[in-house]
Order: sequence, then C-alpha cells, then structure tokens
Amino acid sequence: MAEFRLPPNSRIRKGRHFDAAAGATRVRRFAVYRYDPGSDENPRIDTYDVDLNACGPMVLDALIKIKNEVDPTLTFRRSCREGICGSCAMNIDGGNTLACTRAISDVKGEVKIYPLPHMPVVKDLVPDLTNFYAQYASIKPWLQTRTPPPPDRERLQSKADQELINEPSACILCACCSTACPSYWWNSDRYLGPAALLAAYRWLVDSRDEATGERLDDLEDPFRLYRCHTIMNCTQTCPKGLNPARAIAETKKMLAERKL
Amino acid sequence: MSLRTPLGRVLGHGSAKEGTGHFISQRISAIALLILGAWFLSRMFSMDSFAFLEVMRFVAEPLNSVLLALLSVTLAYHSWLGVQVVIEDYVHAPALKILSLIAARFAHVFVAIVCLYAILRVGLGS
Repeated sequence: MAEFRLPPNSRIRKGRHFDAAAGATRVRRFAVYRYDPGSDENPRIDTYDVDLNACGPMVLDALIKIKNEVDPTLTFRRSCREGICGSCAMNIDGGNTLACTRAISDVKGEVKIYPLPHMPVVKDLVPDLTNFYAQYASIKPWLQTRTPPPPDRERLQSKADQELINEPSACILCACCSTACPSYWWNSDRYLGPAALLAAYRWLVDSRDEATGERLDDLEDPFRLYRCHTIMNCTQTCPKGLNPARAIAETKKMLAERKL
Repeated sequence: MSLRTPLGRVLGHGSAKEGTGHFISQRISAIALLILGAWFLSRMFSMDSFAFLEVMRFVAEPLNSVLLALLSVTLAYHSWLGVQVVIEDYVHAPALKILSLIAARFAHVFVAIVCLYAILRVGLGS
C-alpha cells in the first residue's frame, strides 16, 4: 500500500561540518546532500562554510572549491560551466537548475544543494539518468523521411519552418524539467516526461520530417503522453527558459486535430 | 534482476494508441458541466425555499427533469474520467489498481442510475 515515509535506510541525517578557512570575511554556508550507496550509511547533509571572497560567483564555483580545497570525496557532474552541457543539473534552494548558471547571490541564506529529485542516486549529487536517456532514445530523435534527399544539396527548410524548431532544439537534456514533474516522479516507468516530449515535439514540427503520423501514434498513450496534467513545473524550472508544457499542449492539440 | 536494456524497458508493450478520446471527453464534459452547473446553481439560488413539495415540483417540471438528468449523467461521467486518472497516477500495485478502477466505474454508474431513477420517478409522478 502507500508509503508515507522514506524507508529507514533512506532518511537523511545530519552530517559533518567544515569551517571556512581562517581569516574568511564573507562566509556563506552550503548544505550538501551526501550519499554513497556502496556504504551502509544513511544519506546525510554535510555543511561547508565557504569564503565568498575567495570563490567564483556561481554555485558550481563553490562546489568545485569545496571539492578542491575542503572535501575531495564530494561527487558531482560538471563540464562546460556555461549552461550548455547540462551536466551540473541539481536541486539548488528547492528548485532544479544548473549549478553553473545559478548565482550564489541569488540564494538567500544557507545554500541547500540536493541531487535531482526522485532519481536513483549514484553518489552524492550524481543521479542515475539511464531511464531518462532511454526515454529520449525511444522518441527516435532523428530525421525520418521517405523522400530521398536531393542529390546536389541538403534538404531545404524555409526560415519560418526553421523558427518552429528553434526553441525545442535548444534543450540541453539536463533533466531539470522531468525531475521537477510530480507525474514523472510517480510514473517515470511509463510517462515519458517533459524533456522527452519536448524532443518529440521538435521532430513533430520539423518541416523536413515525414514520420509525423508514426510519431503521434507512438505518443498516443494514456501514460507516455497523457500523464501530463499541465502542472507546469517543467516550464517554471527550465534553466534554458524553454517551455516544455506548451510543446506537450501542442502535441495533444495535434492528436485531437487528427481525430476531430 | 532483469538484463533487459533500458530502451527495451521504456518501449515496453508499445503505445496503447488511445488517450486522445479520454482527453477530449474530459474537456467536453467540463464545458457541459459549466453550462449545466450554472443553470443548476442559478435555479437553486432562486428557489423560495427547499421545502419537500416545492423541490418535488421543481424536479417534476419537464425541462428541469431533462436538465437534471443531463447534469447527473455528465457529472458522473466527468467524475469517473477524473477518478480514473487519479487511480492510474497513484495506485501502482497491479491487482489493487485494476480492482479500484472497476470499483470506481461501478460506483459512478450506480450513482448515475440512482439519480436518473429518482428524477424519472418524480418527473413521471409515481
């Protein structure tokens, strides 16, 4: 039946505290979720005091400083540090976002950092995104055509048609949106989630694609698509300012149109 | 532990190729309920009293009988669509899920039939 509490081995405990370096003047506290499934220990919240005068402006800068100078066991993903790779997606101050584009100064008080919600944790701030990537692969994110390409040039697209795929193409697959969606929390085994549905929409509106019908067939399912209840957490949390909720609504409209 | 690939798991049994009908029905019944609900509330507020005989007279008027019957059926249908979604969202144990879906369906049909029977009985004056 329903479980209303976390299992005993998942309950979060108070962890260790690390003071800022001596002589620090502008100190900010970072409370970071720590968990190692390889150990028998429960997850814990470690707190780190960081001197902001000796640290870059973004949350990722602080995490890198902590890992380099205070606690090398802290584990997180990062790469581009400019909001284009999507690696450092995590839950900061209660919302999913990219650590590299979230300024420390935008967070009031203690900076609380957790992994993306409701995903299996590989270690600390690293979630297991296997299912998320498989869902992306399942929507066949590539051009499907029957007409062969012109022999002498690429497939043409008008400027207006190109603009339709501009926004959905800007998704970096950081998983902030899907892991912010309550429907995805409860049913991620069958509901594709906003990120995969935004990607599906990107191919539905691509003027060069000739598999729109098959794509809609694959999406028309009470769980794959229709678990979206227009909660809109996806759009609110997207660190790239995209609108997966609108893409999903447009997809539902396309399905309704071919029935009416 | 299953060694099935993640993609295999996501593709599962494939698409059910339905859901759009449910989506459209939910919205159309919502529009119908807005109209019928507004009618019902306005009539309720304009009633002089809720004395037994007065209410019976109200229900027995032919137009009222028809609209009340429509309201009951639409309300039960719309409620069934919503409850179905809630059960699918939150009940994951397979047997419990199917049983609660069937029980909810029976309950909604039962309530709709009870309403229709009561309205007809009053309307036809037996």
